[in-house]
Amino acid sequence: MTTPALELRQITKRFGDMAAVDRVDLVVPRNSVVALVGESGSGKTTTGLLALRLLGSTSGQVLLEGEDITHLSQTKLKPYRRRMQVVFQDSYASLDPMMTLGEIVGEPLGIHGIGSRAERREQSQAWLEKVGLDGSYANRYPHELSGGQRQRVSVARALILGASILVADEPTSALDVSVKAQIVNLLQGLQADMGLSMLFISHDLSVVRSLADEVVVMLRGRVVERAPTDRIFANAQHPYTKALLDAVPTINPRARRRRTFLSRDEIAARTPRFHPSELDAVPLIDTAEPQLVALAGDHFVEAIVAERSVP
Amino acid sequence: MALVEIDDLHVSFSQYEGLVQAVRGVSFSLEPGESLGIVGESGSGKSVTCSALLRLLREPPAKITANTLHLGGHDMLAARPREISAVRGRVAAMVFQDPMTSLDPVFTIGHQIAETITAHRPVSKDEALQRAVALLKRVEIKNAEAVVRYYPHQLSGGMLQRVMIAMALSCEPQVLIADEPTTALDVTIQAQILQLIKDIQIETGMGLIMITHDLGVIAETVDRVVVLYGGKVMETGPVEQIFEAPLHPYTRALLNSIPGQTAGKQRLVEIPGASPNPAHPPAGCPFHPRCPMAIAECHRVTPPLEEKRDGRLAACIRVEPAMVAA
Repeated sequence: MTTPALELRQITKRFGDMAAVDRVDLVVPRNSVVALVGESGSGKTTTGLLALRLLGSTSGQVLLEGEDITHLSQTKLKPYRRRMQVVFQDSYASLDPMMTLGEIVGEPLGIHGIGSRAERREQSQAWLEKVGLDGSYANRYPHELSGGQRQRVSVARALILGASILVADEPTSALDVSVKAQIVNLLQGLQADMGLSMLFISHDLSVVRSLADEVVVMLRGRVVERAPTDRIFANAQHPYTKALLDAVPTINPRARRRRTFLSRDEIAARTPRFHPSELDAVPLIDTAEPQLVALAGDHFVEAIVAERSVP
Repeated sequence: MALVEIDDLHVSFSQYEGLVQAVRGVSFSLEPGESLGIVGESGSGKSVTCSALLRLLREPPAKITANTLHLGGHDMLAARPREISAVRGRVAAMVFQDPMTSLDPVFTIGHQIAETITAHRPVSKDEALQRAVALLKRVEIKNAEAVVRYYPHQLSGGMLQRVMIAMALSCEPQVLIADEPTTALDVTIQAQILQLIKDIQIETGMGLIMITHDLGVIAETVDRVVVLYGGKVMETGPVEQIFEAPLHPYTRALLNSIPGQTAGKQRLVEIPGASPNPAHPPAGCPFHPRCPMAIAECHRVTPPLEEKRDGRLAACIRVEPAMVAA
């Protein structure tokens, strides 16, 4: 197996007594899109920040293209930052209102001492065009743009250093429906053209379905299920994943239905159970705590493994 | 008689960059007990339309004109402030997107619901508080007796939105206007709140106006739809027909751009360009700069909202009226 673009091993982040992210394993293979989904408080954004080393972990490891960057100082980390970049949800807050778009997009080049001033200007212009903005936008300011255009600028700034890994944290959540598709297509196109690997953090399962190769579902800081995207949508195993999928509004008014909602306790009570013989690899048996077990087809689910069915 | 009747509503705001025309000739009506969805993107005028109906906008800078602006039989343009306050709450109540900013952080939940009740009905404070508990139970808050003593920060976003709905129901309005009530909520909570609103609507027989940018919310909750774009009505019709056979190119484009409709990684159908700037709306049809069907005439002529099919209106010169079945 080739070295993954990004790997988190047993990554944990505690804030006081609360584990926001609890022993999460995550792999983003090269040239693929892994979606991290969950609701507010699930730890998905914190996981993204840990991967980017914008937040220090309590324990666990972050591997960037096979290299352990968990304990590197900010100075030592700098060259690695060229390889992994980020786009956030709020494009307004992410762009300095006092800088022109040309300056914003070219700034990473300056920080890393790449090129002359003229070359940097040329490159940032080229990147503005690459993300679908006219080169003349280089002299404009963020407030002159629409939300979708600002998000394009964020993408250009993230990729100008030639990053191979992009962490995108809800990049389309603040956008209008008609513009959302534009940004999803832009990310998809760049991902294919540049061979990008992407960690796509989102609560929007519809976008995830069109964009991701694999889906990782988080609940209260834990990964409860992960599988190739089509399998998640066709054959989700964990009650929480099922609840998430069931809650997505239909776009067929004739398919309206009453839903039943499970409380958090009911979801916990419905944690899948397996007999060791049902699983290929035999993990810890008869522990009360659920663990991630492997099913067929690269499908993992948090489950309880027991010899006998426990009442 | 229609509960809500709006004909040729215009709302503009004078700002330093000039006149911002947020609503440019919107007309629709709502019958008692009917549920209507107003769908549009940011800047389409969907929230301003309903705020103007309740006269919630500050005038000036807002300027409201209309042929008709009726709510529960009251002429909202001619009404004096006293009449307007009587209409709010009793005839129409509104639920907004962000419950945290709609509630006062220094008063308890019970106090705030009771305040709404005593403002509109001659009841004692104790009675109002008891009624607040009953209302919280009705919006399916389990420990209602305890929650009335809570402050807003002690509740989650979903619980707060339930409180807002309870407050809106406190004066038994004839129509509930919900402005993006679930946009700030997680998907599972959104589904619960939408179900609650529908249940209450059916139970009480009140009218419902659901304002949203989310076509999924529309498909889940309402009977009839008004599609707004650039401050104008693009199309109206029954919800099934809007989704199955949209008439206006904008509605069609909007439906096609919804991601995740089929399995597999794929490019989405995008709508090129951006929504019009309400300070400088394009001449002619507001959608023409983004419309795949636009012809030269669309740049000049503002298409009238007219009947194209049986009971279905659209504002597009490229949609031929079919022979309306007798």
